[in-house]
Amino acid sequence: MDFDLSIEQEMIRKEVRKFAKKEIAPIAAELDENEEFSSSITRKMGEIGLFGMIVSEAYGGQGLDYLSYIIAVEEIARVDGSQAATIAAGNSLGIGPLYYFGNDAQKKRYLPKLCSGEALWGFGLTEPTAGSDAGGSKTTAVLEGNEWILNGSKIFITNAACDLSLGVTVQAITGTRPNGKPEYTCFLVEHGTPGFKAVPMHRKLMWRASSTAELYFDNVRIPKENILGNKGDGFHQMLQTLDGGRLSIAAMGLGGAQGAYEAGLKYAKERQQFGQPISKFQAIAFKLADCAMEIECARNLLYKACWLRDRKRPFEKEAAMAKLYCSEVMGRVTDHAVQIHGGYGLMKEYDVERFYRDQKLLEIGEGTSEVQRIVISRYIGC
Amino acid sequence: MDVLVLLKQVPSTESIIEIAGDGVSIKTDDLKWVINPYDELAVEEALRLREAHGGTVTILTVGREKAAEAIRTALAMGADKGVLVSDPVLEGCDPLCTAKVLAAAAKEIPFDLIIAGQRAVDDDAYMVGSAVAEALGIPSITMVIKEEISENRIQCQKTIDGGVAVVEAPLPALITTQRGLNEPRYASLPGIMKAKKKPLDSKTLADLGLDPQTFTAFKMKIVALNPPPERKGGQVVEGETAQEKARELVRILHEEAKVF
Repeated sequence: MDFDLSIEQEMIRKEVRKFAKKEIAPIAAELDENEEFSSSITRKMGEIGLFGMIVSEAYGGQGLDYLSYIIAVEEIARVDGSQAATIAAGNSLGIGPLYYFGNDAQKKRYLPKLCSGEALWGFGLTEPTAGSDAGGSKTTAVLEGNEWILNGSKIFITNAACDLSLGVTVQAITGTRPNGKPEYTCFLVEHGTPGFKAVPMHRKLMWRASSTAELYFDNVRIPKENILGNKGDGFHQMLQTLDGGRLSIAAMGLGGAQGAYEAGLKYAKERQQFGQPISKFQAIAFKLADCAMEIECARNLLYKACWLRDRKRPFEKEAAMAKLYCSEVMGRVTDHAVQIHGGYGLMKEYDVERFYRDQKLLEIGEGTSEVQRIVISRYIGC
Repeated sequence: MDVLVLLKQVPSTESIIEIAGDGVSIKTDDLKWVINPYDELAVEEALRLREAHGGTVTILTVGREKAAEAIRTALAMGADKGVLVSDPVLEGCDPLCTAKVLAAAAKEIPFDLIIAGQRAVDDDAYMVGSAVAEALGIPSITMVIKEEISENRIQCQKTIDGGVAVVEAPLPALITTQRGLNEPRYASLPGIMKAKKKPLDSKTLADLGLDPQTFTAFKMKIVALNPPPERKGGQVVEGETAQEKARELVRILHEEAKVF
């Protein structure tokens, strides 16, 4: 076994950490408080190569392995969940489907802009009536002459309603399969297409500095060639996209846990009660020991899933495990971190308050913890 | 325009420095190592010069093998090639000795300008840059906050006590950096991948035609290391109004601190 990262992976961690500390940490709390998406920080993240990390250089990407991508997300999440969300959703959900399933013309048209961070792309899957149950979706697409006509709506779509939003991938029902279930197909819809409206969603508990949108499609006409892959591929495209996406959500859990743990440890060593640092009290020390242990387990599990993916071996079970475990570990770690901070942990002056809120999404987005358990239980033969 | 950057790897300025058990060295196990911050300014300035005038940027380091990490980071920022001079004999040598080795190595690399940090933040000697210029017989301008190159001359603004001096020199020359010269870029992710394929030569003293024997005389012996005295806590000036507080502050400065 070899637990050493490559020289390049170590350098990526070091540089992204430096960037996150210098550029994101000073403004994270304020952006969160104001519920403000920052185009300028997104562009800066683009400049150092945080978009299109796994895309080949031919399309303007950075040509990295999956583990390098995950390490970069982890390091951003160590400082701020919102910016990590912009990166993770941008790479896995925005760029991913275009890169894996798009034709050459589509890739050439969109990827260079998306990989430089000049523009963002959304992934329209969830609907008001279709969360874990994708079968509940109602958005439809009908071919009329040389155009597809889309009708329906999507909800909770990251990166889809800010001034950098260029378009969205939309999953729609295009017919009925032989087994009686709906046939799904994905389409590319650009912002500005008549009948397509993206409305920012506000008053969020978490990821308040990331862009979240409701999408409305009212007789939206798009050219026939805006189909992604083939008619009927939508369901598999979605599953494959979510398998990869799980790793980036896991990275957000791991990075967030690391950041909250470090904040808790630092505070425990500084805070004096009863004449000594509270880290000297076993009740506090044991909490931190548990955090350190669980983060170590989470990192090993996630990196192994990436290792499998980078070697083109089956990784779906491990991805579900990593997503579930890392997000729940961040839950326990942020809980401890706030507890260690006492009253101050409840105040916005301390970052652990934001980490505590940001964590909750990870157990819900891109497949709830319950769905991950279903996935894992199927893989182990239940 | 070929620029040579002298670069040193130092412990991260955020590291907690602890004295090792022997009392004459520091614990290095948990230290994070970075490019000396003043040398980072030098790398950035060299890259900007290349962007404006063309040419190459070469990184030159004397240090342990581990220092290759720092050179690779500079390559990831955009430098073209690196040279690391590493030799066990150099362990514990003084800054003049380092300067001699750097100068010997620099003679084998074509350059129009050498940029060095004004000092390394670990030993704060302030000597290597100027000493390299002396050994090479070229002019040096230290503490530079702005430079401009035209027709084989370099004009610099350098900080002096209470002001800024404008100094000019013919090329080739050596300048050292001062904070404010520029804002160093990050090594981008694609930059890190490209650095993998850039040349990084390792050299020993023998490769440079230097006799290791002559360097043993330059060894520094550290007699003892002591942490700086712990800072005493601050003092809150009491008083109801601003005037009262000011009066009390003047009294403390005069009677207790005796500053006037």
